[in-house]
Amino acid sequence: MPFDVYLNVAIGGVLTGLVYGLMALGLSVIFGVVRVVNFAHGEMMSIAMFLAVVLFSAFHLDPLIMMVPIAAVLFVFGYALQSGLINPFIARPEHSQFLLLVALGIIIVNVLLIIFGPDARTVQTAYAFDSFQLGPLLVDATKVYAGAAAIVFAALLFAFFRFTLIGTAIRACADNYTGALVVGLNVNRLYALTFGIGAACVGAAGTMMTLIVDVTPMIGPTYTLLAFVIVITGGLGSMPGALLGGILIGLTEALAGLLFTPSAKSMFAFGILVLVLLFRPQGILGKRPA
Amino acid sequence: MSAALARLAGDLSPRTRIWLAALVAALVIAPWIVGDYLVTVLILILYLAYTGQAWNIMMGFTGQLSLGHAIYAGLGAYVAAVLFTRYGVAPWVGLLAAMPVAAACGAIIGFLAFRFGVTGVYFAILTIAFAEFARIGFDHLGIVNAAAGLFLPVAQYAHNDPWRLRGSPTMFYYVMLAATLAAFILCRLLITSRIGYFWLAIREDEEAARAAGIDTFRYKMYAVTISAAVTSFAGVFYAFFYNNLFPEQVFNISRSIQMILGPIIGGVGTLFGPILGAFVLTGLAESLSTALTAMGLDLPGAEQVFYGVCLLVVVVALPEGIWPWLARRLGVKEAES
Repeated sequence: MPFDVYLNVAIGGVLTGLVYGLMALGLSVIFGVVRVVNFAHGEMMSIAMFLAVVLFSAFHLDPLIMMVPIAAVLFVFGYALQSGLINPFIARPEHSQFLLLVALGIIIVNVLLIIFGPDARTVQTAYAFDSFQLGPLLVDATKVYAGAAAIVFAALLFAFFRFTLIGTAIRACADNYTGALVVGLNVNRLYALTFGIGAACVGAAGTMMTLIVDVTPMIGPTYTLLAFVIVITGGLGSMPGALLGGILIGLTEALAGLLFTPSAKSMFAFGILVLVLLFRPQGILGKRPA
Repeated sequence: MSAALARLAGDLSPRTRIWLAALVAALVIAPWIVGDYLVTVLILILYLAYTGQAWNIMMGFTGQLSLGHAIYAGLGAYVAAVLFTRYGVAPWVGLLAAMPVAAACGAIIGFLAFRFGVTGVYFAILTIAFAEFARIGFDHLGIVNAAAGLFLPVAQYAHNDPWRLRGSPTMFYYVMLAATLAAFILCRLLITSRIGYFWLAIREDEEAARAAGIDTFRYKMYAVTISAAVTSFAGVFYAFFYNNLFPEQVFNISRSIQMILGPIIGGVGTLFGPILGAFVLTGLAESLSTALTAMGLDLPGAEQVFYGVCLLVVVVALPEGIWPWLARRLGVKEAES
């Protein structure tokens, strides 16, 4: 195979990886602050994907435009979930929190299955088959738009945590729970905000994923696992790590799909996960827990 | 032997013994009373009670959350099925190969995780990763017919052949009932022995257990290998009862979740919880689907939504599970755990 085929596939993988990264960023933010592992992450993403598909097929609303409204819907969902259901579980053992979210995930998948049925749905935009030509390279327009939107969304999130007062307060909660309580922060509300922000990330990522892949209700658990693979690879709780992990996994999947068979591609992602867990459990950019 | 017997039943109150004897007797005569459909449901219940007890050894006794137990059942199923279809090896002989394979797989996962200090949620994710790895791997493995599925020759129901596990549902029912009772006895013997006390110490506080001189690595390895080997029998049973195996199904994460729901709803770490949980959960789910069918509704996800809601309600309202609560009501006491 000529070299530019590999390069084309690699670029496509990196662009998809950016969207993966945004999805994983949501998981990482939630874990980094609330210390709860969101086992319903991919399922939340599939809610966003179905919203995008329904809005497109009913009103022809472009997913790129609907990204922000859908992220807002998911924000409200995440906020309500944290303040209503998860907050009482903050002090419970890990496996208890985890089972709560597994239960939630099962419910989401199957409610979507009851509503939409098992068939795959797609978003066929006018630019679905466009591509950009750069010298010998051909890059799908949808992937470029999705990747660019993921970068913008992630940059806004970094700015939010770095420069705004609320962002600083959330980081304070993450650094020192007791300290945050002592200086009078409303930790429960900040946790709910954080969960909302994490859900908004996955909402935006899910909306853009509809440009690249088909949607079925059963897709949720797959993305939950993928998000885990990514954040653990990049470093659980590290925001740049999530993006880096996303790009790495996107690239691995794309190349594995080209070199072997596409259906075996996630085996390589799990292979990377196992290696990382064994040799650098804190992830590529993660810090070792003290 | 008498020492083991004494440990098995010695400290049970007369009241507990009566309850236990009545329950076993009811299960033994059940196939004569209920119809074929209910026997099939009872087989499913006992299957989940059995796998729940196996999983309970790891999570309930030792505190290691495994979410990939489908891998052990799947390996057991495939080893026995391949030996049977290709070489005509009887399932009970196949089990002698299936158990070591599953135990070795458990040992590999356990070794990697425990040696490198992978614990808690990370351990759970590692177990999922291995199960998913197996699912995709078997989907591409020619010797087991890959994604096309492995089929066992369907049995004639004219006569029962327990040695080759070919026969009527009633025969399968008694096989599974015996296995469930055996698992119950095994769990009780384990939990009242030295190894069981060490497991409980690790579950409660691993640091303290290590400080007290327990080789925590070794005892966690015992837990994962024993649990894997016990689970593999369920896989062998599954292969011969359902006669078809698809990697997409047997290694699916929903299978692992299904296995852990019984013990969680019944009571993690208790002896009777996994059995009670399997009865409650499957009983309710079957009634629900019967009711839905009677109303003429065909909702493919309804049963799963129901499982999800059950799990949610139990985790929120009864974090200990149903059995500890019920046991207090009945005045029944099992081994402290």
